[in-house]
Amino acid sequence: MHFSPGREAWRRFRRHRLAVASAAILSLMILAVLVGPMIWQVPINEIDFTARLKGPSWSHPLGTDDLGQDLLARMLYGGRISLAVGLAAMVVAILVGTIIGAIAGISRGSVDAALMWLTDLFLALPQLPLLLLVIYLFRDSLKEIAGPEMGVFILIVIVIGGFRWMPVARLVRAQFFSLREKEFVEAARALGASTPRQVVRHILPNSLGPVIVAGTIDVAAAIIAESTLSFLGLGFPPDIPTWGRLLYDAKDYLDFAPHWALFAGAAIFLAVLTINFVGDGLRDALDPRRVM
Amino acid sequence: MSQYLIRRLLILIPSLLGISLVIFTVLALAPGDPFEELATNPNVPAEVRAALRAKFGLDDPVMVRYMRWLLAMLNGDWGFSFVSRVDVDTLILQRLPVTLVVIGSSQVLALLIALPVGVYSATRPYSIFDQIANLLTFVGFSLPTFFTGLLFILLFSIYLDWLPFVYRADIDATGWAWYWEHVKQSIMPVAVLGLFQGATWTRFVRSAVLDMIRLDHVTTARAKGLPEQAVIVKHVVRNALIPVVTLVALQMPVVFGGAIVTEQIFRVPGIGSLLISAILANDTPVIMSVTFVFACLVLLFNLIADVLYGWLDPRISYR
Repeated sequence: MHFSPGREAWRRFRRHRLAVASAAILSLMILAVLVGPMIWQVPINEIDFTARLKGPSWSHPLGTDDLGQDLLARMLYGGRISLAVGLAAMVVAILVGTIIGAIAGISRGSVDAALMWLTDLFLALPQLPLLLLVIYLFRDSLKEIAGPEMGVFILIVIVIGGFRWMPVARLVRAQFFSLREKEFVEAARALGASTPRQVVRHILPNSLGPVIVAGTIDVAAAIIAESTLSFLGLGFPPDIPTWGRLLYDAKDYLDFAPHWALFAGAAIFLAVLTINFVGDGLRDALDPRRVM
Repeated sequence: MSQYLIRRLLILIPSLLGISLVIFTVLALAPGDPFEELATNPNVPAEVRAALRAKFGLDDPVMVRYMRWLLAMLNGDWGFSFVSRVDVDTLILQRLPVTLVVIGSSQVLALLIALPVGVYSATRPYSIFDQIANLLTFVGFSLPTFFTGLLFILLFSIYLDWLPFVYRADIDATGWAWYWEHVKQSIMPVAVLGLFQGATWTRFVRSAVLDMIRLDHVTTARAKGLPEQAVIVKHVVRNALIPVVTLVALQMPVVFGGAIVTEQIFRVPGIGSLLISAILANDTPVIMSVTFVFACLVLLFNLIADVLYGWLDPRISYR
């Protein structure tokens, strides 16, 4: 029986049951943070001191925090930011990595050597300390330019993406090295295709499989990175309740309001776990050489 | 071997220079000025401020400032903490041993988990054990360290009340009691870091062993009639460790990132928590130096990985 490449990939993805289940759960989470705030219209910053640190109840399904603010509303709103940071940082990492890897892979010689030295250097950098350093140094000035919310968002996305492009660059370069010598590229060259055309039309589309897999894993890593920054108190300001920020606020009330930390942490964990499983399924589907 | 080591050490120099350049560039590009406080202080006349700027060379070109900073770092003059009024290098030396002990023991724990589980999974691929181990490793590296830390505190300190959740440096006990207290307060930070790394490494070990086990030399060893254990240990695991060491070395920045988080959760007085408190207190000299120390530690562990690599793979030793 004959399958098109897309259907073949889907067939292989479907065989990974955990990946399919994860994709379903992840879609539900994304749907919830997108549509949820329209259905659950409790404001995220309504302070109610009569309902401080309450556990889950009908009026507050996920309980309340130390100011009596509704945690479900805050989680739904924060989830938008957390997931958006993950996706945007992934896009930055993939763009930078693909460009650098493609340039290194097509140009050989000293350009390739210099770019790979840069990649190795970035791989050896201690990422979290530098993330903290950059955010510490640039936070205030970006806040002035782009506003507190947007400024921090742009900064965090660029910085997280800027420290995660290296594996993608290496992948793309390795793909280019093998694809460059393939017959179909040689044919395109013989037909007079310019180098940019060879890259954009022939080499790049064929090297995207592993890049998509790496990109999926990057979303999970970026979500963890953002939560880590917020958890250390250096991410988003307190009025933007990302999941990591909720956990940071909750950690001092662990003994009498554990629900607060548990819900926020479980959301991060579930998002990261499902994304990792989807990535694993995509690897089976798009990178068949790795499958046993 | 020594020649190999010297060559590796020489390769470190450009990397160190590159890292110092990155850190300095970040600092030089950053807005703000160490003399900002003086600018807003009406008691300091403008001429004094200008003289101070000239004295500390803040108006010099960037390259000159970089060279001066680099030379000062090389001479061991790391500056002075604004907050605790101590030289930065003494501060860091005080904190470094705790960090190294916590990281070191967590890595040992990670290895003790990853090697047996990974090898056993790979020798029985797709068995029940392998599937359960696979699921657990996914859970393990999807659980962020800060969340595992909080879960551990909730379980072991609050509900069960077995372990202390604040790390204390000054324990007033002697002899065995002192050691016991130290072990007790280290269990949670070490376990949090070790389990996370162990999960990641188990995957590395499993896939490396799986790649190796299908090769011809393993079949030959079996055909010679070697016992299965000897085949696995001598012919499979030793060779499989070569790619694992590379991957582990690449993971070092993640390990140090995790160490910062765990130190912060459990208030371990290491350089990670020093970095966070310095950032919250705007203590620039400490921030710069700790970041640089983290970079050096990453390079040091890469060097150790290279040496291990040379020992595991005789083909590359004396090249």
